[in-house]
Amino acid sequence: MVNAAYVVVALPLLGFAVNLAFGRRLGEPLAGWVGTAAATGSFVATLVTWVAMLGKPANMRVADLGIYNWVPVAGLHVSLGLLVDPLSLTMLLFVTGVSSVIHLYSVGYMHRDPGFDRFFIYLNLFLFSMVVLVLADNFLFSFVGWEGVGFCSYGLIGFWFQREVAAVAAKKAFITNRIGDVGFLVAILFIFFHFGSLNYSRVLGTLVGGHPTGLMAGAPGAIATSTATAITMLLFLGAVGKSAQIPLYIWLPDAMEGPTPISALIHAATMVTAGVYLMARIAPMLHYAPDTSWMIASVGAGSAFLAATIACAQDDIKKCLAYSTISQLGYMFMAEGAGDYTDGLFHMLTHAFFKALLFLAAGAVIHAMADRQDMKQMGGLARYMPLTAVTFICAWLAISGIVPFAGFWSKDAILDGVWQFNKVLWGIGAFTAGLTAYYMSRQVALVFLGRARWQEARPSLAAEPALSGGHEEGPGEGHPEPGLPAHPHGGEPHDATWTMSLPLVLLAIASVLGGGINFDAFGHFDFLSRFLAPIFPTATPVTVSTATKWALSLVTLAACLTGLALGLRTWVTAEHPSLEPAFLQRAWFYDEAVAATASGPLRSGASALAFVVDSRWVDGAVNGVAAALRASGRALRWVQTGYLRSYLIGMSLGLIAVLAYLTFRVGS
Amino acid sequence: MSVPGDWYLVLAAVLFGIGAAGLVVRRNILVMYMCIELMLNAVNLTFVTFSRMLDDLGGQDAVFFVLVVAAAEVVVGLGIIVAIYRRRAGATADDVNSLKG
Repeated sequence: MVNAAYVVVALPLLGFAVNLAFGRRLGEPLAGWVGTAAATGSFVATLVTWVAMLGKPANMRVADLGIYNWVPVAGLHVSLGLLVDPLSLTMLLFVTGVSSVIHLYSVGYMHRDPGFDRFFIYLNLFLFSMVVLVLADNFLFSFVGWEGVGFCSYGLIGFWFQREVAAVAAKKAFITNRIGDVGFLVAILFIFFHFGSLNYSRVLGTLVGGHPTGLMAGAPGAIATSTATAITMLLFLGAVGKSAQIPLYIWLPDAMEGPTPISALIHAATMVTAGVYLMARIAPMLHYAPDTSWMIASVGAGSAFLAATIACAQDDIKKCLAYSTISQLGYMFMAEGAGDYTDGLFHMLTHAFFKALLFLAAGAVIHAMADRQDMKQMGGLARYMPLTAVTFICAWLAISGIVPFAGFWSKDAILDGVWQFNKVLWGIGAFTAGLTAYYMSRQVALVFLGRARWQEARPSLAAEPALSGGHEEGPGEGHPEPGLPAHPHGGEPHDATWTMSLPLVLLAIASVLGGGINFDAFGHFDFLSRFLAPIFPTATPVTVSTATKWALSLVTLAACLTGLALGLRTWVTAEHPSLEPAFLQRAWFYDEAVAATASGPLRSGASALAFVVDSRWVDGAVNGVAAALRASGRALRWVQTGYLRSYLIGMSLGLIAVLAYLTFRVGS
Repeated sequence: MSVPGDWYLVLAAVLFGIGAAGLVVRRNILVMYMCIELMLNAVNLTFVTFSRMLDDLGGQDAVFFVLVVAAAEVVVGLGIIVAIYRRRAGATADDVNSLKG
């Protein structure tokens, strides 16, 4: 039943098509249910595929399902096909799973939004593109999905495009991603040039010298380090753009202008992990490019640390989570750079659970606060929204790396691998773990504990007419009157409807128990590692001794607990300006630096190219050719007299000349 | 007694020369046309002559092709000439000179 993979791809596309054609007519709840059904069906199909795969022996779990021969040009054969293997299945399981849950949540969240059907059109198209990205059996088809998710991300960040901030943020995300995409595209050309194929099995099979599955059988052969480095660096550039790492991370915080379910699904759980997936996919090639691995690990560590520091000083509940996402993605890249792919993917899974939960709970909070996102104006909400608070706290403990929760296991596994790779990077990772616990505790303290500061803010809140429906002036999401029956305009903030609460509960369970999928601490419970092992024949095994592992875990845990305690104790009261220096609030002035570069030297360079090089030199050359042709034509006009006799004489003379030439040449 | 092949070739050359000179000198389109025919048949004569001299039927073949092409050319050419005469009575080749640079 591996063929169920076709259904995984087809259902979101079908949902997209149905909503595109009839969405407006289906109207409010129905369009959402169509979308949710498509996503859930896709999840069920993934489960079926997965179970079918589990039925096979471990090294036979690969299937390449063809769809259609896309580019049959001589020498370049690109077929649309689905590569079902443990890696793509792992991705699919959480992508479709989290996606189904968030579709459900969106039905409640987007209640009474005029663009309700448009939202689900984008959401299903996104899911389709993401599934294509993951399941594609070659680089080019993956790139199609890669671009598709980028487009949907653009459309959904700018979902409320009437607000200029949202439109600008959408453009920023798209353009920044585009810089990374150039890398991906050039890498595809390089790969084709070197391997003569774009098929994953073919390309990577060449590198591992025949795969145990037999499907990856290729000529045993290696690749020059320089070539491997060039290709992997370019692919990593693509990953940096999509996964928001230094230096291309700037789009992700701004992407929070989109609706909160989008922040949860696309900009935390799934799309931004595409880069992590890509790096895992090309793991056999990274084996030949140690420099790239170093680059990946360093960029990951740098991003993890930098974003964590910024997250410590953000007031916007979603921006804080956005920087946290960048930081956690940094961990995943750190693991992959260290050659510990499985743990990178493990963290991607657990992160998908708890970060999606954090965002969804934040969405519920934002709803309850009438679209306010400033944490300084919240506080004490645990009493009013017990369910949201409890689920948020589960996710908080998970991301902080506290012991039985999912994040602890994955973060710990990553740090073990990084310890083996490089001690300095481990230090950064462990310190960042402490920072993570600190800023997340700050968030919990500001939002759910302490004084209820929103009660003081209430009068001014009620005085703003914009809140009753305007898109433009709303301080938060500009969401026209969220759909909760009794809204805090009069009543008190409270938990949301079941469509929004059920996803919270499901994700909370996953955040608590998610670590169970890879308990490598206790012998035989490392399901994920064993499932993924055939995919990473070249991965570096983590050989850290058990004693060292315990010691490392204790150190990290101590760092996390310290951060946790500090954050909670400090931020029960909201005002500590000294802990929020301007350079952190403004994110190290990186945006300003980019803006200054772009509007200064970059702009003058571009205008020099446009108005000097292009208009004078390039256009000059083109116009010069035309002018030369026109002048020569004018000079030769007199030859064409219109008199038959002059042509005849010309012909005769020409003939005589040719004959004379032939005669004399033959004669000599 | 047969005439030696050389004489045929000389005759053909003379005919060709007359045709070529006529074509350049005369202005009447119809006469120029006849000159072209003259040249064509001069060439045909050389083909046949060489065919005889070299004992090769290829020359005879070529003549048939030339005849067919000439016939086709007559059709087209006369059509053009008739069209020209319809527009202007008694035109010479020099009057038809509007197509020029």
